[in-house]
Amino acid sequence: MSDTAIDRIARRTPPHIARRVRGLSDRAIAWIFITPTILLLLAVNIFPLIWTVWLSFTNYRANRPGAEVQWVGLQNYQRILGNPETWQSMQATAHFLLWTLALQVAIGFALAWLINARFRGSDLWTTIIVLPMMLSPAVVGNFWTFLYQPQIGIFNSVVAFLTGADPAGFSMIGDVRLAPWAIVIVDTWMWTPFVMLICLAGLRSIPPSIYEAAECDRASKWRQFWTITLPMVLPFLMLAVLFRGIENFKMFDLVVQLTGGGPGSTTELTSINLKREAFEKWRTGFASAYAVILFVTVFGLASIYVKALNRVKAR
Amino acid sequence: MIAFLSGLVRLRRGPWEAVASVVIGAGVVMLMQPWAFWAFSWSFAVTLTGTVLFVIVSHFPE
Repeated sequence: MSDTAIDRIARRTPPHIARRVRGLSDRAIAWIFITPTILLLLAVNIFPLIWTVWLSFTNYRANRPGAEVQWVGLQNYQRILGNPETWQSMQATAHFLLWTLALQVAIGFALAWLINARFRGSDLWTTIIVLPMMLSPAVVGNFWTFLYQPQIGIFNSVVAFLTGADPAGFSMIGDVRLAPWAIVIVDTWMWTPFVMLICLAGLRSIPPSIYEAAECDRASKWRQFWTITLPMVLPFLMLAVLFRGIENFKMFDLVVQLTGGGPGSTTELTSINLKREAFEKWRTGFASAYAVILFVTVFGLASIYVKALNRVKAR
Repeated sequence: MIAFLSGLVRLRRGPWEAVASVVIGAGVVMLMQPWAFWAFSWSFAVTLTGTVLFVIVSHFPE
């Protein structure tokens, strides 16, 4: 009989510990294994959340640790929800969120559809398409500022070539009307491959026999798309929208590098606004209330979404 | 419609989750819409109500 590692460990365990372990039930052993994880979760996730909710009712400022902390009730919430600047920031986030999701889903699905056709060199194209997703958002933000340069930027030159406009006549990140679209374009460029990959996984999970049966029934390609492809890819698509929606709701690094929230506060998304309140103005209590509002919004939306996702999967 | 109302009266999960979802959705739209400032001011109260309602009603029987 071979001597395994477990046998060796069992032999070396001191007798008084071995007696104690032998007396434990399966449930107790399971608790011993999961307790460190639960403690870590409590310390890293749950405690800061409860602490943030408490701070949101105070005037605490993190840059004045010795100052007396006063209970201000709902005052922070009233200030946030009565502030036109916060409203403007929410609108900027909504614009960014809606357009990036719409474009990424449409282009990502179309690309997945093309790649799924398995033409010659499709694997190479998949690798090339996926490249932007592998870059750091800070790097992407930086090099797109060069691409958007009115004088030397390739983006302006391409737009000028296609439309005949003067390349130096417009600035994507300096113009109040164009800046919100500038961040949408960059995020779409960077994250469409992610949606494409998820859609591709969905498309490749559809058994070919379903299409063969549809061909036998003389279903048109259009009909096959609406009755087979789309319903079977929908759970994957919804998952991609959930991931991208949550990510874009808290988008920070890319936009800070690209526009810094400007010009003015046109591209100041909620996360940038929140960071300014918390770490530039040092209004920690106010920023905590802001974070609680965003948390409840995302939590509420995610609850509905997960319910819808489960319903689609059960169909 | 009658089944929906009956589900609400008998505290069933499905119809109540639908109500909570509509409340959350309305709150989020109020938060991000660009037209009425009063709607923005009340958005958090509506979203919070919907979210708490959703958490409670998801424990109702099917």
